[in-house]
Amino acid sequence: MKNYNVIEVENLTKKFGDFTAVNSITFGVKKGEIFGFLGANGAGKTTAMKMLIGIAKPTSGKAQVAGFDVFTHPEDIKKNIGYMSQKFALYDDLTVKENITFFGGIYGLSRAKIKEKRCELVEELGLGDIVNELVGSLPLGWKQKISFSIALLHSPTIVFLDEPTGGVDPITRRQFWEMIYKSANNGTTIFVTTHYMDEAEYCDRVSIMVDGKIEALDTPKKLKEKYNAINMNEVFLKLARITSPALPQGKGANI
Amino acid sequence: MSISVQHISKSFKTVNAVNDVSFEVKEGELFGLIGPDGAGKTTIFRILTTLLFADKGTVTVAGFDVVDDYKEIRNHVGYMPGKFSLYQDLTVEENLNFFATIFGTTIEENYELIKDIYVQIEPFKNRRAGALSGGMKQKLALSCALIHKPKVLFLDEPTTGVDPVSRKEFWEMLKRLQQKGITILVSTPYMDEAELCDRIALIQHGKILQIDTPQEIVKHYPKKIYDVKADNMYRLLESLKSYEHHYSVYPFGEFVHYTDKREDFNPQELQQYLEAKKHQNIKIEITKTTIEDTFMELAK
Repeated sequence: MKNYNVIEVENLTKKFGDFTAVNSITFGVKKGEIFGFLGANGAGKTTAMKMLIGIAKPTSGKAQVAGFDVFTHPEDIKKNIGYMSQKFALYDDLTVKENITFFGGIYGLSRAKIKEKRCELVEELGLGDIVNELVGSLPLGWKQKISFSIALLHSPTIVFLDEPTGGVDPITRRQFWEMIYKSANNGTTIFVTTHYMDEAEYCDRVSIMVDGKIEALDTPKKLKEKYNAINMNEVFLKLARITSPALPQGKGANI
Repeated sequence: MSISVQHISKSFKTVNAVNDVSFEVKEGELFGLIGPDGAGKTTIFRILTTLLFADKGTVTVAGFDVVDDYKEIRNHVGYMPGKFSLYQDLTVEENLNFFATIFGTTIEENYELIKDIYVQIEPFKNRRAGALSGGMKQKLALSCALIHKPKVLFLDEPTTGVDPVSRKEFWEMLKRLQQKGITILVSTPYMDEAELCDRIALIQHGKILQIDTPQEIVKHYPKKIYDVKADNMYRLLESLKSYEHHYSVYPFGEFVHYTDKREDFNPQELQQYLEAKKHQNIKIEITKTTIEDTFMELAK
């Protein structure tokens, strides 16, 4: 882990009318760090993440991601980050190979580079048998592993993962985390949300959002000490009260 | 028996979604189907709720056959599908009224049963269901599934994507419903929720791996599990996996769960091996087997 920040956020705020979804959050994420971004449904995680990846404009505050300002250079941010959404976002009716080629093209990689990356991926994930299969026919665990790899195709500085392991079987979930460790070890910064509290323990540092604010931010070890908890699940239960039911929630609402 | 499933199978084209599954749920029991996405849980729910025919096998629910008596069953079961399936453009109250009417009852008649849950969304009874938050939608769906006072309640992944606090609340709610005499079949991909059921079936690839109480199911695990910890998790995993005697190595929260191939495994040897690999702050301790360990071993 290098000692400089690739995400730098100061008093970042997002309002929707009278409703403050993200309320003046401040934090930094170091290069090569695995940063867990936790919070109850509706706490404002998705809104915060959308601002960081350059697809939602903050109401006020400051944020730099991969060296670019979220207000003035959102397009540069998009080129320098990877993003894996909670909802599976590859094309079901393209093959694994076609998806890799397509997303490689989107990120502006040359044909030669795409081919090289594809061969690397096939080798690393053991995709040999399924590279010509339609993505739609693969089990969820495979899809998620492939999505993650595709989010890394253009060697981004940071990769944002929004609940990457929801519903995935326990073995694949762990294989997925080993992929995360590996990329972090290679210097990629990982920004990840999850509802599995054992996964929170795998992070270098964890922030917990409650009602739009960051209530706690530290290493899992220090958080457990501070809140006198045996595991992160206990820390979470102590901190993350449910938001008032009157407030509309983020992705849970599907409005 | 409240639910009796005997040797059911179901295929879709080339996919064997459910493969010779049998289990029974006693009256008043809270029974969990535990397995990942794609295990066949939803297909089983659809067969049990008379929405899909099995290719093979027989099922009775509340004493009725799912094929011959399908209309009768529908009066006695409540079903909350994994996907939100209420009317988005009806209000909270309209949805509830609609379901009550369909089943020939009224909100007032069975209010006692849903009160506990419904009061939490009653302040928003004039809001369209589509404009509710995820947690509120879930409560409305549960109220609608209960409004005709079913004997058996089917809940398909009610907590997927739900945060730990809301999940805990939801399970407390289920326990209270169980105390009112309702038999509950619930599915979940979260292994920690398995411990809250009376009995569970672990399921993967359309097959049941094991059925037992959560306390007994972990006894099927064949080995002693050790918690191993050191400063660098990634390096620790690599080292453990390259240790020639390792049987399984899985990250588990702040520890790695390690099992050894040998019967006479001495943790001291592993300690020395890790020290030689220059690991810092090594800790090795025997630990309790969890349902997740058992699942992974059976699913291998």
